[in-house]
Amino acid sequence: MNNMVSLDKVAPQNISDKAKIEIKNLNFYYGESKALKNISLQLPERSVTAFIGPSGCGKSTLLRVLNRIYELYPKQRAEGEVLVDGKNILDRSQDLNLLRTKVGMVFQKPTPFPMSIYDNISFGIKLYENLSKSEMDERVEAALRRAALWNEVKDKLNASGLSLSGGQQQRLCIARTVAVKPEIILLDEPASALDPLSTAKIEELIDELRADYTIVIVTHNMQQAARVSRQTAFMYLGELVEFDETAKIFTSPQEKRTQDYVTGRFG
Amino acid sequence: MASTHILSAYDEELQYLTRRISEMGGLAEQMCLDAVRALVNSDSALAQKVISDDVILDNGEREIQEKAIITIARRQPVAADLREIVGTLRIAADLERVGDLGKNTAKRVIAVQGTGVPRKLARGLEHLSDLALVQLKEVLDVYVSRSIEKAEAIRLRDEEIDAMYTSLFRELLTYMMEDPRNITTCTHLLFCAKNIERIGDHATNIAETIYYMTTGAQPEGERPKDDSSNMVGAAG
Repeated sequence: MNNMVSLDKVAPQNISDKAKIEIKNLNFYYGESKALKNISLQLPERSVTAFIGPSGCGKSTLLRVLNRIYELYPKQRAEGEVLVDGKNILDRSQDLNLLRTKVGMVFQKPTPFPMSIYDNISFGIKLYENLSKSEMDERVEAALRRAALWNEVKDKLNASGLSLSGGQQQRLCIARTVAVKPEIILLDEPASALDPLSTAKIEELIDELRADYTIVIVTHNMQQAARVSRQTAFMYLGELVEFDETAKIFTSPQEKRTQDYVTGRFG
Repeated sequence: MASTHILSAYDEELQYLTRRISEMGGLAEQMCLDAVRALVNSDSALAQKVISDDVILDNGEREIQEKAIITIARRQPVAADLREIVGTLRIAADLERVGDLGKNTAKRVIAVQGTGVPRKLARGLEHLSDLALVQLKEVLDVYVSRSIEKAEAIRLRDEEIDAMYTSLFRELLTYMMEDPRNITTCTHLLFCAKNIERIGDHATNIAETIYYMTTGAQPEGERPKDDSSNMVGAAG
C-alpha cells in the first residue's frame, strides 16, 4: 500500500478557487465590428485557464484585454468590467505600466530583445527596481532557473538572446516575464512555432509556474489545452459558448458546438 | 452522432469499430442460442460448432482492440469520440466473455452426453436462456439505436434472470438430494445455468456502457439484483 501514489499528492496543492480575474459583461470592438459579445467568466487564482476556439472567435482578443495591450492600436475599445483582485483594470485611472508588471505576456513568436541573454532579463527589472549588481545577478539567475533555461545558458549569459534556438528564445521570454514578478501570465499560442520537444518543455514549465501564477493560455492545439489547463473556455464568433473544468470539456461537454469543435466536426 | 468529422477517414475508423461490434454481438448471440439448444437436444455436433466458433469471437475482440488503439494513437479522440472508443473496447470484452460462457456450456453438453437431462430441468434452462438472450439481443439493438430509455430498461430487467436462476438452483439441488446419481449431471447443469445468468450480467454491463457512451454520465442508482442462490442451503 505504501507504494501507491495517493491522489491527494498528485493533485496540485496550491489551487484555490478564489477568482483572480473576473470578467463581467465584456464587449469589445474593432472600430464598428464587435469582436466580443457580452463575455462573463471568472478565472481562478494560481490555475491555468485555456481559451480555445476557431480562428476569429475572439480568444486572442479576450487575452489582449486582460493587460489592455489593445490600447496600442487605434479604434479598439472594450466595454464592461475586468476585475483583477476586485479592481476594474478597464478603469481610466488604472496605471497601465503598473498593470503590465502585474500581468505579463508571452507571444506566439519568441520576441527576445536584440541584446545579451542577461540584459534581456535585467532590462525589465531595471525599469521598476534599483538593484545592486549582485542582487541583479541573483534575480537574473532566479528568473532563468524558473524558466528552466539556466543550465543551458549559464555559461553564455553575454551571448545575444537571438543566438538561442526557438524553444530557448521562448523560454527566455518567459524568464523575462517572470523576472518582474507578475501575478498573471498571459500566453498567446506560446508553443505553436516550436517543435514537439520544445513544446513539451514549455508545457512542463507552465505546469511548474501554475503553483505561483494565474496563467491564461490561448492555443489552437486542443491537446495542449487538455494537457496544461485546469479549466477551458470554448469561444465561437465572439461568444463564450462553454466554460468548465478541462476534464469535463474533453470528456463530456454540455454544448453541441463545443462537442463538434473538440472532436473536429466543425465544417 | 449526427454530424461527421472534417476528416472522413476518422469517421470510417469509428464506423469500422461499430460494424465489428455488431458482428461480434450477432455471433455471441448465436453461440449462446446454439449451446442451449445443443444441451436440450443432446446435440454434440452443434456443441462442437459452438466450441470452434469461439475462436472467431476471440479474434474479433483482438482486432477491435488493435484498431481502437491505433485510432487513439493517431486521432487523440476526445469527448463523444473518446467515450465511443473506450465503450467499444469494453463492449468487445463483454461479448468475448459471453462467447466464452456459450463455449463452456457447449463443452458441458459433451460431458453430460448420454446421462439423460431431465425434461423439466432442460425446459427451465431454456427459459432462463430465453430471458438472457432477449437481454443480449435488445442491448445489441440499443447499441445501434442509442436509446437511453431502452438501455435503462435492460439494466433494470436483469432482476428477472437472477430470480429465475435462483429458482433453478433450488430445483437442481432438490434433484441431487433425491438421488446422488444425479449429482454429476446436475452439477454440470448448475454451471450451465450460472453461465446463462452471467450472460445476462454482461448484457447489463453493455447497457451501462452504452448509457455512458451516449450521455457521458453513469446510470444512476444500484441496479436491482435478485440472485439469492448464495443464501440457499441444503435444507432449502
